[in-house]
Amino acid sequence: MQLIIEPGLASANYWRDLWRYRELMAFLAWRDLAVRYKQTAIGVAWAIIRPALTMMVFVLFRRLVGIERGAVPDVLLVLAAVLPWQFFSNALTESSTSLINNTNLISKVYFPRLIVPIAAVATAFVDFLITLALLAVVMAWIGFAPGWTLLALPFYAALAFGLSTGAGLLLAALNVEYRDFRYIVPFVIQVGLFISPIAFASTNMPARWRGLYSLNPLVGIIDGFRWSILGGRTPIDATFLATSVAITLASIVIGIWYFRRMERGFADVI
Amino acid sequence: MSLPLIAVEGLGKKYRIQHHQGGARYVALRDVIAQKLSAPFRRRSGNEPPATEDFWALQDVSFDVHEGDVLGIIGRNGAGKSTLLKILSRITEPTAGRVVLRGRAASLLEVGTGFHPELSGRDNIFLNGAILGMSRAEIIRKFDEIVAFAGTEQFLDTPVKRYSSGMYVRLAFAVAAHLEPEILIVDEVLAVGDAEFQQKCLGKMGEVAKSGRTVLFVSHQLAMVDNLCRTGLFLEKGRVRMLGAARDVIAAYAHRASHRSVEQFSDRPNRRGNGSIRFEQARILTAAGQPVDALVSGGDFIFELQLTNPSAAALRAVHVSVGIDNALGQRVTTWSSTYAGGDFAIAPSPSFSVRIGLPRVALLPGDYSYNLYATVNGDVADWLPPAGSFVVEPGDFFGTGRLPEARDGSFISEHSFTVETPVARRS
Repeated sequence: MQLIIEPGLASANYWRDLWRYRELMAFLAWRDLAVRYKQTAIGVAWAIIRPALTMMVFVLFRRLVGIERGAVPDVLLVLAAVLPWQFFSNALTESSTSLINNTNLISKVYFPRLIVPIAAVATAFVDFLITLALLAVVMAWIGFAPGWTLLALPFYAALAFGLSTGAGLLLAALNVEYRDFRYIVPFVIQVGLFISPIAFASTNMPARWRGLYSLNPLVGIIDGFRWSILGGRTPIDATFLATSVAITLASIVIGIWYFRRMERGFADVI
Repeated sequence: MSLPLIAVEGLGKKYRIQHHQGGARYVALRDVIAQKLSAPFRRRSGNEPPATEDFWALQDVSFDVHEGDVLGIIGRNGAGKSTLLKILSRITEPTAGRVVLRGRAASLLEVGTGFHPELSGRDNIFLNGAILGMSRAEIIRKFDEIVAFAGTEQFLDTPVKRYSSGMYVRLAFAVAAHLEPEILIVDEVLAVGDAEFQQKCLGKMGEVAKSGRTVLFVSHQLAMVDNLCRTGLFLEKGRVRMLGAARDVIAAYAHRASHRSVEQFSDRPNRRGNGSIRFEQARILTAAGQPVDALVSGGDFIFELQLTNPSAAALRAVHVSVGIDNALGQRVTTWSSTYAGGDFAIAPSPSFSVRIGLPRVALLPGDYSYNLYATVNGDVADWLPPAGSFVVEPGDFFGTGRLPEARDGSFISEHSFTVETPVARRS
């Protein structure tokens, strides 16, 4: 085995190294989970309590505003949207700060840095899987049977994973260079909660706003989750879905490109 | 002779030092935007200092290391040793030159990298192993050996935050020692732990070298380099000063070091602060004002700092402090103007010096490093996280002829003994 270190040559074995270090990714995700729940009194229950409370607030909101109840119980309608939203916001928050939270690793050991933000997204994904169990329990309780559309769920989950990874990589790299992004991300997430179809359906949007609305890539993803979990009883819009897929792919490409470009300077700057 | 395991050719690393206000290593978006916006409106005065300056941490470094060789790298703080190791372990890229590594390289730039205090010893072995590049299967295979080497069997399920610093270091080194790479890059790890454990580490490294693998070793402890290394590399200001038999290189280094008890900071890149005042140099003086190389426990000394004041204006509320860390990186004490005598004012002058009186130094013998920190009106003016280092030699602190030793603890505390025996009352 021979390794050549030269200016600008770090990329030669990059993808092979990424594969070699795949176990490290699993270890980092596992570490974050283990540490997070070690010091809390009720541990993993937090993963369930947060979406449950968010769901209750939104259901209450629907009652107060007086949105008509449809064929699907409000609880499920909202919960099916809260879960992907929560996954996205957690993944983005964690991955965007992941590099600066692992400063000591980055300045002391070599490994493909892509591992760090991706492990952060994976951690959020595990929480997401736990909340899916909550959803299953609620559905069984209400007696709501999902349909064949459930088969599409992995596709939408992959879309959400891709979008948060792409955006997370970009923000993580930016955060190393400009610490300002630490303050921007929570703000974006706060705004995102209101401009995503969580408390209401995307079809409630007036037609003239829909073009603009479709620019929010979460619209297509959240609609897709709803459609797939609720057995096709909620509408799904081809334009929304198409823009979601396009923006997700673009974010992955841009995220990886920018991250790789900035990566070799991380150890000097962080 | 076969091809060298490590071939370094014309290696150089350039850092960019930023002079813009703030001086922080990372920029705030605000500044970038403000600069871009104001650029077209700014008048070019011509004599403005450049916003950035290049600094070569390493320049034109070339050497070969062969199979089974143990190379000791020595040099003062800021000579480029850490930069060299960082390039060899691929943490940072060189700016010029090239390195060829023939074999798997593992670097221990700091023991316990990635250890998480909340996790148990067992969990940390796996985590740390993965970080150092071991596979899960490999860790499982060597697990028992690692635990036995560290001697922490009964604490495997205790979170490492409850470990003593000695146990912590032993466990961390044990993981690293079982990596079995062809090239092992070690930075100063042996400066920690008790004497018995140091012996064990030395043994392990000797074993690594004997089995035909190659070790690169950086240390301040010349005796250890002498003991362990066959070849030596002496770096000075980023360049190779000498390369040869370890014994000769150490002699050359020791000779130069004894003639330079002054630590210079003017060309240090890794500093923060707005630069309104800057540390220029530091030296140790005896109470009588004679420059010396080392402190002695219980002796009276002066730590003298030279600072520049680029604006040459009168300054008020100047604070200077020196944080002293031991070889384990633990803060031992801080010499601070706020505590001792209060922050001070400076008369208009382009430079000034600060003398810190150190009567009866209460530090135990050993290697120490220090940070320098200065503020003016509460704003950080200059901050050198690793500024320099000094040695404290054993001395007669108590005036009893018995010298406190490094293993006695972290510092010397003044105390006295009085013995009373109850006198039996006569009836």
